[in-house]
Amino acid sequence: MTTFEFLQIALYLGLLIVCTPLLGGYMARVFRGERNLLSFVLRPVENGLYRLIGIDSRAEQDWKAYAWAVILFNAVGFVFLFVLQLIQGYLPLNPAGLGNVEPFLAFNTATSFVTNTNWQAYAGETTLTYLTQMIGLTVQNFVSAATGIAVVVALIRGLIGRAGKSLGNFWVDLVRSTLYVLLPLSIILTILLIGQGVVQNFNAPAAATTLSGETQMLPQGAAASQIAIKQLGTNGGGFFNVNSAHPYENPTPFSNFLQMFSILVIPASLTYTYGVTVGSKPQGWAIFAAMFILFVLGLSVMLVSEYTPNPVVGGILPMEGKELRFGITNSILWGAATTVASNGSVSAMHSSFSPIAGGIALLNMMLGEVIFGGVGAGLYGMLIFVILTVFIAGLMVGRSPEYLGKKVEAGEVKMAILAILLPSAAILLFTALGVVTDAGLSSRTNMGAHGFSEVLYAFTSGAANNGSAFAGLNANTPFYNTLIGIAMWIGRFGVILPVLAIAGSMAGKQIAPASAGTFPTDSPLFVVLLIAVILIVGALTFFPALSLGPIVEQLLALNAQTF
Amino acid sequence: MAKQLRAALTAFILLSLITGVLYPLLMTGIGQVFFPYQANGSLIVQDGQVVGSALIGQTTDDPAYFWWRPSAVNAMQGSSADALTASGATNYGWTNATLADQVVERAAAIRAAHNLPEDAPIPSDLLFASASGLDPHISPEAAALQIDRVAQARGLERAQVESLTTQYTEAPQFGILGQPRVNVLLLNLALDSIE
Repeated sequence: MTTFEFLQIALYLGLLIVCTPLLGGYMARVFRGERNLLSFVLRPVENGLYRLIGIDSRAEQDWKAYAWAVILFNAVGFVFLFVLQLIQGYLPLNPAGLGNVEPFLAFNTATSFVTNTNWQAYAGETTLTYLTQMIGLTVQNFVSAATGIAVVVALIRGLIGRAGKSLGNFWVDLVRSTLYVLLPLSIILTILLIGQGVVQNFNAPAAATTLSGETQMLPQGAAASQIAIKQLGTNGGGFFNVNSAHPYENPTPFSNFLQMFSILVIPASLTYTYGVTVGSKPQGWAIFAAMFILFVLGLSVMLVSEYTPNPVVGGILPMEGKELRFGITNSILWGAATTVASNGSVSAMHSSFSPIAGGIALLNMMLGEVIFGGVGAGLYGMLIFVILTVFIAGLMVGRSPEYLGKKVEAGEVKMAILAILLPSAAILLFTALGVVTDAGLSSRTNMGAHGFSEVLYAFTSGAANNGSAFAGLNANTPFYNTLIGIAMWIGRFGVILPVLAIAGSMAGKQIAPASAGTFPTDSPLFVVLLIAVILIVGALTFFPALSLGPIVEQLLALNAQTF
Repeated sequence: MAKQLRAALTAFILLSLITGVLYPLLMTGIGQVFFPYQANGSLIVQDGQVVGSALIGQTTDDPAYFWWRPSAVNAMQGSSADALTASGATNYGWTNATLADQVVERAAAIRAAHNLPEDAPIPSDLLFASASGLDPHISPEAAALQIDRVAQARGLERAQVESLTTQYTEAPQFGILGQPRVNVLLLNLALDSIE
């Protein structure tokens, strides 16, 4: 690695720390309904929307009403996107003349975008029409992200509520996330990206006659506007097949930096929003610190591994599946950011990373997407681990556990365990199914340990709502489209519903003043405990699977063994 | 419940209009007004004909041109008029036997084409396929390796080709982001315009 490459990483991390309080403070004002930077333009729009939707913005919902609102809204979105794909061939904005999508793929894709996973079993430029990409996918990119933010805002209200039942109002949180947070940031990012060369048009494919006299049919489309929100909303579903490795999707090192930064900026800032909202900024920074340390640890291991020469190809540095304008360091930095954040967009092929770098990408997802994580989803996932840590710490000192002055009791701990177990079970059980059936095995591109990793990665990515892939696996089969689809539903609502249940039961509890026996949750000691709990839970659950895949593959590669 | 369902439907329709219609249309408008070249694919037009995009790689084995990186999709070679230029990668892992063979073959072919000794190191971007299959760039080292061959095939002075190569080598953006790289299509078009 060169000094320049270290500088780029330092710049990335530094900017993240600087922007966290800025954006985080703004979001805290937005979700408390206070006056903010944009309210003079957006307040009238917001109020107009509430009138049209037919809700009273001050009406409060308990956790069940809030959960029903989330479920109904997502159900409507799913049905619309599913049907839209089935009939896209008959609809306008289809200059490339693409046909309808077959039902298994349409189910998988609709699930994928509604659950904020954005796993793609299809190639964008050759499967989906401009209309589907625009009013189907772009919309879900916004609203699935907004749903995640809404749920974490509801959880926070539950944690600080003073013996009430209210978690706020889902429709209000949904509208505010979209209007005040996602839309303005997307507009800025889109304009910057177009300036760098990301396409934004509704033209038919451009025919070019190449130097060797052949025809290139260059795909076009309204890509930039979709790419901006796919990065900011930790969606990750590319406009083109190879996602942000495509030169039209990510043309320059600057566009690359902007897109990488957009992956983490909202999830990181939400920790500050959290601190402000619970009335103690150190609580937010403690969570930020745990996330930041885990991110840098994983990134470091990935970089060391990637810069270790591969004996199979005679020890040259691996550029397979990487773009020259980014190089190895930026490809790995993106790989780390996109897997911790449940984003899932890629600028290099994870399948061609060194086995250990690919293994860390897997581990990042397996830990439950809590290292920054998806917008909203990362923070509520992390708060699940916080509850678990408080509980374990309570057991160790023999005191009844409490968090932010509220008692953590059996009900909350059960729900927290459920939220951790459901996605983990989906990953391991479905992977087992994938490697014992012909339908699962016949999709592999790589053999040996890497073939196992391909299957493991697919279900991990689905259940963690990440969406990146070891893309050698041909996932566009009824087997994978169905099972990964189910994994994505489990990974999304198997966490959201327990989280809202926790929010509901915490909301009804009295806040007791801190005493000498209270375990502080904003101390360095707590950060260390939290990290330990996350790693131990992840390691115990997934170490056997990781051993069979990435770890054994690294050992085989060191012996120059191929398959 | 009926009230919630009605809210779900109207909220979905309204947010779809804002984020799925107004937002992309507004962005397309702004893009077309302020960045028409970039927003339309950075297409290079010569004598009224589109010869490619400054952002998209092609492929050639003509010794008079600089060569691009290997591609997993044959898209760079062009496609039929009704087939879109797709993007794609091999996704081969470190222990993939095909990848190991390809690297050996590519190295041998490059050494043969450039009269290099058997143990001459080859820049790794010429040995490995890119992520998009459409990578428009090669490393300055990969370009340097090809200068003699191109100069010879065109009957040009080495120095002339070398200075063009330097001219088309892009530094890291803003002096810090990314790495130095050569845009192969722009360089090849510049070579063509000499004669």
